[in-house]
Amino acid sequence: MPQDQTETTIQLRNLRKSFGITEVIKGIDLEIRPGEFMVFVGPSGCGKSTLLRMIAGLEDITSGELLFNGTTMNNVVPSKRGIAMVFQSYALYPHMNVFDNMAFGMKLAKTSKEEVQARVNRVAEMLQIEPLLDRLPKQLSGGQRQRVAIGRALVRDPRVFLFDEPLSNLDASLRVATRLEIAKLHHDLEAATMIYVTHDQVEAMTLADRICVLRDGKVEQVGTSNELYERPANQFVASFIGSPKMNFLEGDFAAAFDCACLGIRPEHIEMVETGDSNAVWSGKVVHAEDLGSDNYVFVDIGAREPLVVRQAGKRVLPAGFEVSLNPIRAHLHRFGADQQPIY
Amino acid sequence: MTLTSALKKTAFYLLVAFIVLICVFPFYYAVLTSLKTGTDLFRVDYFPRAFDLQNYIDVLVARSFPRNVLNSVFIATCTVALALLLAVTASYALARVRFRGRGLLLLTILAVSMFPQVAVLAGLFELVRFLGTYNTPWAMIMSYMIFTLPFTVWVLTTFMRDLSVEIEEAAIMDGATPWVIITKVFLPLLWPALVTTGLLAFISAWNEFVFSLTFTSSESMRTVPVAIALLTGSSQYETPWGTLMAASVIVTVPLIVLVLIFQRKIVSGLTAGGVKG
Repeated sequence: MPQDQTETTIQLRNLRKSFGITEVIKGIDLEIRPGEFMVFVGPSGCGKSTLLRMIAGLEDITSGELLFNGTTMNNVVPSKRGIAMVFQSYALYPHMNVFDNMAFGMKLAKTSKEEVQARVNRVAEMLQIEPLLDRLPKQLSGGQRQRVAIGRALVRDPRVFLFDEPLSNLDASLRVATRLEIAKLHHDLEAATMIYVTHDQVEAMTLADRICVLRDGKVEQVGTSNELYERPANQFVASFIGSPKMNFLEGDFAAAFDCACLGIRPEHIEMVETGDSNAVWSGKVVHAEDLGSDNYVFVDIGAREPLVVRQAGKRVLPAGFEVSLNPIRAHLHRFGADQQPIY
Repeated sequence: MTLTSALKKTAFYLLVAFIVLICVFPFYYAVLTSLKTGTDLFRVDYFPRAFDLQNYIDVLVARSFPRNVLNSVFIATCTVALALLLAVTASYALARVRFRGRGLLLLTILAVSMFPQVAVLAGLFELVRFLGTYNTPWAMIMSYMIFTLPFTVWVLTTFMRDLSVEIEEAAIMDGATPWVIITKVFLPLLWPALVTTGLLAFISAWNEFVFSLTFTSSESMRTVPVAIALLTGSSQYETPWGTLMAASVIVTVPLIVLVLIFQRKIVSGLTAGGVKG
């Protein structure tokens, strides 16, 4: 197992993957910087998991090149790439206790007993799973299993960590806690490059140094969460990033702003007094969702879908209430007919 | 308890008793007969009247019977061991490795097991002669495997398919070769299936008659079922019912013991395969 502590740059050069005649990864160029937390995000079926599995070596690369620090990895077996992977279902060996689960890889690599013991103990201490070392996976809770799975990745001292939707089997509160753990792990292991796959854009935004948005086997945009949020490269990224979704207006609404499609985020719409000269749109409240800290107000202004407006505070608006709306001009996203942004 | 529910309960247990009686009676009668000697044999009794182990002694000191039992043990054990080894590796490939013609291969394997024994007997005899294994245990081991392997491979393939792919991938990431994956990761999870299929293979090999009769010539090479069938009395007009029954009991008891020991595993193995197959 490579004990390589140097930082690793991962380069993907025109990477392609076909299953039979269907091409699922359609030429991806990407550079992942040393020590970076990169998140692959996209709707299901976009090829993000396949891409991760190609980096792991679990899927063959049909064409293109995968480089770790400039060395091609296309035909290197997974265990020799210096990577560790955390799986969605944890994938712990059911018949082995926690210690053996963590030690399995090292035992196969013929590491000495003392070293195995020392490394497992160190990681167990770090993740606070020492009391669990004798237990079988079936005797653990979901969160504990996830810790053990992360521990199994850590003992290998990898230079690259791969996470394949590691939180999707956990319940909501545990998910937030584990997300924090992973973020902490990233701070503690400065040298390790991490790649994380998720379909949840909130996870992506909170964890990532940079996010890679994928659709249909192609990269749509790569950038920090702020870049994706503020300057989406196209309409797809604009709609995918952010919750609740960006509002899109077409037809006359968009024509008034010289574009084919006008995007505006719910938090960038102000409610103004009816009759205010600034009011651009007006309509009736269809429904309001009170989330405690915010209100989401759905307003029908005659467009195809009701406009979502995010309002701080506790002002409850009954359905049918007439409101006037004013978008904040600096935050308008205008898209052409080709779905590309107009600046 | 109301009258009707009591009645239902009684009816239920009567039915159970009836089924058990039907299943167990032939064996019970064999045990009864094996304990009788002389003209007693031809009296119809439903309860033991005599307790005479002479028949058992006769069988066990007969010229080749102990040898026949050993033959059977050796052949059945080898068949099971070889069949499981081949089946585990084959089912790994059939369940997990993507290759062209996999479905066709599975169907072919299944088709092989559909031929009646008699249909392949002549061809198999030529094969045995060609391989020079006539009148050796290997003739039986090979021919039994032809009939146990399809079943074993099919059951294990369905089991193998149900095992998590991610566990296998985790093992690959840990640096495991396919052989290590099979032996260290999958085998421990496959025990119920292995016990079930192994036991069924053992029973069919243990009880097989036609091949054994055909592929052996000398008395010392025969397996137990053939040996029992060919047991002779003091004259050619006498069927030695007493020793015959004693021999049958001797060869049946090990199977019953085996099944009782692995009973739980068999049930879990069969149902797991059945539900998801």
